[in-house]
Amino acid sequence: MNAARRIFNFYRDGFRNMDVGKSLWLIVIIKLVIMFLVLRIFFFKPELSSYKTDKEKAAHVIENLTKND
Amino acid sequence: MILSSLVDASRMQFALTAMFHWLFVPLTLGLGILIAIFETKYCRTNDESWKKLTQFWSRIFAINFACGVATGIILEFEFGTNWSNYSWFVGDIFGAPLAIEGIFAFFMESTFFAVMYFGWGKVSKGFHLLSTWLTAIGANISAYWILTANAWMQSPSGVAFNPATARNEMVDFWGIVFSSTTLTKFSHSVLSGFLVAAIVVIGISCWYLKKGRNKDFSMRSIKYASVFGLFAVFMLMVTGHSSAVTVARTQPMKLAAMEGLYRGENGTPLVGIGVLNPKKQYDNDEDPYLFNISIPKGLSFLANMDFDSYVPGINDIIEGGYKYKDKNGEEKTAIPFAEKVDRGNMARRALALYGQYKDDPDTAKRNQILSQARQYLDDNFEYFGYGFLKDPKESIPNVPMTFYSFRIMVMLGGYFILFLLVCWYLLKKKIIAEKKWFLFLAVLSVPLVYICAEAGWVVAEVGRQPWTIQDLLPVQASVSGVSAGNVWTTFIIFAVLFTTLLVAELRIAFNQIKKGPEGIKWN
Repeated sequence: MNAARRIFNFYRDGFRNMDVGKSLWLIVIIKLVIMFLVLRIFFFKPELSSYKTDKEKAAHVIENLTKND
Repeated sequence: MILSSLVDASRMQFALTAMFHWLFVPLTLGLGILIAIFETKYCRTNDESWKKLTQFWSRIFAINFACGVATGIILEFEFGTNWSNYSWFVGDIFGAPLAIEGIFAFFMESTFFAVMYFGWGKVSKGFHLLSTWLTAIGANISAYWILTANAWMQSPSGVAFNPATARNEMVDFWGIVFSSTTLTKFSHSVLSGFLVAAIVVIGISCWYLKKGRNKDFSMRSIKYASVFGLFAVFMLMVTGHSSAVTVARTQPMKLAAMEGLYRGENGTPLVGIGVLNPKKQYDNDEDPYLFNISIPKGLSFLANMDFDSYVPGINDIIEGGYKYKDKNGEEKTAIPFAEKVDRGNMARRALALYGQYKDDPDTAKRNQILSQARQYLDDNFEYFGYGFLKDPKESIPNVPMTFYSFRIMVMLGGYFILFLLVCWYLLKKKIIAEKKWFLFLAVLSVPLVYICAEAGWVVAEVGRQPWTIQDLLPVQASVSGVSAGNVWTTFIIFAVLFTTLLVAELRIAFNQIKKGPEGIKWN
């Protein structure tokens, strides 16, 4: 428990005492929000996620790889 | 039929995001090691100047790290959205190294990176030093796993294709992890990161000298960075040569494009400086160069360690018929493009047949057809990707982009050898601070080293086109069925948002550099 508290305090003090780090964290958080809450949800939907099973996914890919174009 | 504009949009987007990501990675790889060296010096001498120096460069490392965070994640999004056929086809080969990288990055970076930054005065000197080394080594090990995945795409091996699932399955993990392509790609990429770090440290330090400030700090930084940079640049020559040998065996078309070589010969020269003839195509008789100065027999030596060996050109690879050693060292006769296409089509038809009959209720009929299809597929799978190509032109990468990027990389590499030798000499003579021209050159060298590092990746990635997986899957078969408009939309969003954030991040970096080591308030 003591060790856990020391680790917690270590991180808490580290984050509290940051100067330029606060701006950097803000930028990192903005980036992650844009990535996961905007781009991922609205723009980057994995195409194969519309198929439920691996068998369906495999069939779809086989069709793509073998169709005559 | 998939429109080429979708392929182009997907490629453009991937190129933009990968190049953006690579702006930050090399400095992380090299600067981490340099900081660990500086801190080791501090622990050995107890000299506070070394501590200050370590802390300042750690600050630059942290800013660069924060700038780079999440820029790689977008690449993984693109795999699933824009390159879904490819993502499925590669199976675990890509997933396993990326998963290991993710675990490594998470544990190494969240633990030791935090100690490196929050631990000054709170943990023992020895543990702090260990954390700095582990952060630096962890970053390089992370790079190893990513480059393992990339190397497999350049030279696939250690896998078996399962026609029932249309996925490649790993059969030789260590063969993939320690393939010659992986080893050369890792060593060359990481060393380029070391060179970037050395030049950035020298550039910033010279800027201080130019401003007449932080002289002791700058001289110490330059001393270690110049030796580190010289080590990196000489080793880059060695690993560059190993890369050429590997490329000659596994991607001869890439090597031919790097040289603008259409007709090979025994004792092929290496083009030192050259201007390509824009009218040259594989199917006309124009001279490939408007002008060139070549090193006699240089390419034969670079590719095969033998001055008189044969190196095939673009036309030779299309026509086949020449002898070559495959990646296992066995001598074979190259088959022409048309035969590769036929065999690729046989493999595709066999896969279609397999897919059609794998669930057939008639067991005897199913087993017979699947067995035959499997045989056809296994016999021809190494040319599977050629079944998607129609014209030999489709098998040729963009020659001018590959040719000039290769020369930009090599010429800048040569420049950095000279630059670092001069730097080391001026430092030894203790006259570096007086040589304003050199200080100016050092600052100018910072963008140049990034151009050099990016040019190397352009050679590697443009030169392997049209393949996402060498010989097995071309780009047009790898893309998803999304609309080109969607891809262009995300391309623009990414370009605008991340350029804006990059400006903010660079402002933070420049502010810290302006403040200098005296602006650090760590304990």
